[in-house]
Amino acid sequence: MSVPQYRKAAALALVAGLGLSLTACSTKSDDAKNDASGKVTITVDCQPVGAQKELLQNWNDDVAEFERQNTDIAIKSVSVGEQCNNPPDFTARLAGGTVTDVFYGYMTDLQQVLDSGQAMDISEFANAETVPTWDSVDPALKEVFTDGGKLYAVPVKNYSMGLVYNKVLFQQAGLDVNNPPKTWAEVRDAAKKISALGNGIAGYAEYSAGNTGGWHFTSLLYSQGGQMLTADGKKADFNNAMGKQVLQNLKDMRYGDNSMGDRQLLQWGDLLTNAGAGKVGMFIGAPDTTQAIVSQFQGKFEDWAMGPLPGQDGPAKGTLGGGEGYFFKKGLSPEQVKAGLKWVAYQKLTPGKGQFDYARAKPQNYPVGLPQPLLFANGTEAQKQELELRKANANVDTANFAVFEANPVPIKGEPRNAQAIYTVLDAAMSGVLTNPNANIDALLKTAEDKVNQLLAAEG
Amino acid sequence: MAITSAPGAIRAASRPAPSSPAGRQRTSLGRKVRDNLTGHAFLIGAVLCFAVFSWYPMVRGIVMSFQRTRRGETTWVGWDNYLRILDDPSFWTAWKNTFYFTVLALVLGYAVPFFVAILLNEFRHAKGYLRILVYLPVMLPPASALFLFKFYAYDPSDAGLFNAILKALGLPTSQWMQSPDMTMPAMVIASTWMNMGGAVLIYLAALQNIPGELYEAAELDGAGVWRRIRHVTIPQTRLILALLAMLQIVATMQLFIEPLILANGAGAEDSATSVAYLIYQHGFFQNDLNGAAALGVIMLVVLAGFSAVYLRLTAKQD
Repeated sequence: MSVPQYRKAAALALVAGLGLSLTACSTKSDDAKNDASGKVTITVDCQPVGAQKELLQNWNDDVAEFERQNTDIAIKSVSVGEQCNNPPDFTARLAGGTVTDVFYGYMTDLQQVLDSGQAMDISEFANAETVPTWDSVDPALKEVFTDGGKLYAVPVKNYSMGLVYNKVLFQQAGLDVNNPPKTWAEVRDAAKKISALGNGIAGYAEYSAGNTGGWHFTSLLYSQGGQMLTADGKKADFNNAMGKQVLQNLKDMRYGDNSMGDRQLLQWGDLLTNAGAGKVGMFIGAPDTTQAIVSQFQGKFEDWAMGPLPGQDGPAKGTLGGGEGYFFKKGLSPEQVKAGLKWVAYQKLTPGKGQFDYARAKPQNYPVGLPQPLLFANGTEAQKQELELRKANANVDTANFAVFEANPVPIKGEPRNAQAIYTVLDAAMSGVLTNPNANIDALLKTAEDKVNQLLAAEG
Repeated sequence: MAITSAPGAIRAASRPAPSSPAGRQRTSLGRKVRDNLTGHAFLIGAVLCFAVFSWYPMVRGIVMSFQRTRRGETTWVGWDNYLRILDDPSFWTAWKNTFYFTVLALVLGYAVPFFVAILLNEFRHAKGYLRILVYLPVMLPPASALFLFKFYAYDPSDAGLFNAILKALGLPTSQWMQSPDMTMPAMVIASTWMNMGGAVLIYLAALQNIPGELYEAAELDGAGVWRRIRHVTIPQTRLILALLAMLQIVATMQLFIEPLILANGAGAEDSATSVAYLIYQHGFFQNDLNGAAALGVIMLVVLAGFSAVYLRLTAKQD
């Protein structure tokens, strides 16, 4: 081949290659709804990543067993990272239309999923036929995923927040490990004693970045009896005495007592890293934060216990509840929706299977015995079965959560447009935790203006 | 090109000559296309790449900035997104922070590499090693470099590298990223350390092109170091200085990864929120891709306006 021909061939190959690449990019990756063998095929996300070997093996085993029991259904698993819903990635997948047929989301995501036009109304398909335990699932959780009378997701996890504390540090500080603080004044007192141990230990730690500050502000406000938005959901309702008390409590501990450590602007992984290293005495969180401390941040289960969320002058008036669910992508065939519901039912809502396969989790050292997930309504058959299995296979000392369970606090859901509101409240939280001269009134006023603007824009 | 045009020319010559002028024009055009086929083919690749990955997203972004998507329905809303963004209390904070960073980066990030290059240029020995040392941080992935600063240098306790140095010198320590006043200077320090290697190498190349006689003449005239820099070095490197100033300003106005990593996003009391980070917040945390698009267009207009004014001014000078 002569030089010019060679160049032309190279150039044409380049163009052809580019064209093919672009065609490949633009081709929708969703496979046919039915494969060659006539099976109904669905794609499902939140498969554990390769590094989570045992969890991945469990997932694959569940898929294999499910497909064995349902020979007409094929499950295609997709992993979207260790954190199944990292908000920026989730938003990108929604905007790009690349979510799987059955996709994981937080309770706070409903509005965003609806706005993206990706959600399918599954009201007519979700019933005891497709999900055998459907009638046992807490109706309040179904309500969270319902909009305008239409159901858009199946709840698969539910939690409420309490006070998580390190028993070892409690003992070292001379505190009673079986009697955690019940008021914010008691928390402050305990935090002072724990931080006096020195060695960089924070008596109490709190988030203030990456949306987690606003998330915890909400829970702290609920403990005071407050609410984030007015009843009609159109205005911010935290710039009041209760909101100010939340920030004042934190400011007092941070700068009055110096009991919250030097490093602030913490988000989820930062705080739990410190907790796993034994540098945090108390923080607020859900029961499964202890699981994260152990499985991801090298902590020990036996070191951690949990009490109810403290209140200002007595028991907390409320605590934040949240959770997760599986949405269904718009445009699925009825067969695909039914297949997806069957899969979610098998893996997430059947005592003894999937996430409730406690006999499998116990030897793998995944925690069994945590007071979570609170999926089934009180007194239902599914709840009874789940509790029995949990008790029979418990590998964590359930006594560590006894105070939390014995003192239930009313659970309140997350506000409308929660993630956007949390972003705004991060600034108020970071303000009192990084600036000794922070003006609480000004911080809350700014946050209130921003949230009102957000809500007005939502319409 | 002579080789590629030859076969086309032969083929054209072997055909009967077209009788009409229009036919001649077509043949001439066809010949031109054939003659430049290779060039056009390569050009199509580049144009396609730009069209798909740069121009289309840009046009799509501009279109989106005038739309609103709710419940899967997209409607035209005129200037609503722009008005809403202008009304966002973080909007002016983000611009103020971004301009502050840009100015600080010009003072520190622009001047330091120039003087480091002059210094390196004066060394007679170990020049190569010193250049490698200066360039090494550029080879570190930016995220890794910033995590080094976050956890090692900017630790607000006395254990942090910078605080330990300040303490050893008997100076007051700082809260670094946790202090709204120090957030921007701290980000500029980290950013300068990370990025100055490339600028130093460019300056060095420019410095080495300055004829030695100019310095000799200046020395004979009794010029000291500063006068030599002022009257020889700066005028001789003026073009490269001007170019890098513009590139630096355009790059620093797009400040994003520094707040994201060093300040975990917005930083203490929004002190790290930049315009690019605000776009990210609207798009990915506030379920507001249309608002993010509007803010992106505003940023594009500001940067394009700045570049145009700058080019006009520098063209006049030249």
